[in-house]
Amino acid sequence: MRMELIQPFINSADAVLAQGLETPVFIENLTMEEEAYRRKGIAAEVCLSGDIEGRIIFDVDEATALRFARQLADFEMPDSPEMAREAVCELANQTIGNAITVLNDQGFHFRVRPPTLHTADQGARSSEDTEAVVLCLSTESGEVFMNVALRYGSSAMNAAAASAS
Amino acid sequence: MEKFAPVKRSVDDQPLRYLIVDDSVFARKNLAQMVESFGGQVAGEASDGVTAISEYDRLTPDIVLMDITMPRMEGIEAAEKIVRSHPEARIVMVSSVGYQENIVAALQRGARHFVQKPVKPEVLYEVIKYVMRDEPATSTAGAGA
Repeated sequence: MRMELIQPFINSADAVLAQGLETPVFIENLTMEEEAYRRKGIAAEVCLSGDIEGRIIFDVDEATALRFARQLADFEMPDSPEMAREAVCELANQTIGNAITVLNDQGFHFRVRPPTLHTADQGARSSEDTEAVVLCLSTESGEVFMNVALRYGSSAMNAAAASAS
Repeated sequence: MEKFAPVKRSVDDQPLRYLIVDDSVFARKNLAQMVESFGGQVAGEASDGVTAISEYDRLTPDIVLMDITMPRMEGIEAAEKIVRSHPEARIVMVSSVGYQENIVAALQRGARHFVQKPVKPEVLYEVIKYVMRDEPATSTAGAGA
């Protein structure tokens, strides 16, 4: 995968988590993944289509998700699994929204669908052109795993071919 | 949460009534807490653009806080439809997707302002004060609490 596609997601996750949790964030274990995706806890998935296609999964174990929810909530929050799931979806939404803002301002156009909970234990296997990058963001409250599998869409490839010819 | 000087309707000194539209219940609750810290009242909530339109018709709130990426109908389209039938509507888009094209589209279709998530309470507070600055000319007073 091209690093220029992944970097905005790393920067955005770092900024959103650091602001929301008010704690330093350390990026660890950035790896390329060719095996099928294995869910670790509560996983929110956001799909993109257009000049850039693919999906991003934001994955947090349940205990960490509850800690995040308590820290992010400005309201009296019951310790419920639903709130933990909502907190992970909202973190994913903010991280991915901020990253695609950067990519769009660089000239990429695409559609984003609202986050959905990824409930299968195992996701689709990556292919050669949508190889996934997995990174672990470590905070004082726990770890977040972000699995990013993106590629240039056909419209972007055609535009690049046209400008090269 | 930090306390803010209450922002009220200048015509009758009543608290501002908000409609909060976001598909995330977590985001709605956080925004509700923020607007209450500004002295406002949550008149209603909606989780998609279609419900936002019917809730606006029913509640005629002073301010709508509207997400963009939502199921059924996105926020920009919902804002356009609300403003078409209620030109006085004050809609503030609140979204994590803050690229220029989106902001321009939202403003061209009738939104009054745009706030990017994660929302800082002090930023939203200033935006609320800003969009209420022309209240006497376009007031929805009389909508009832």
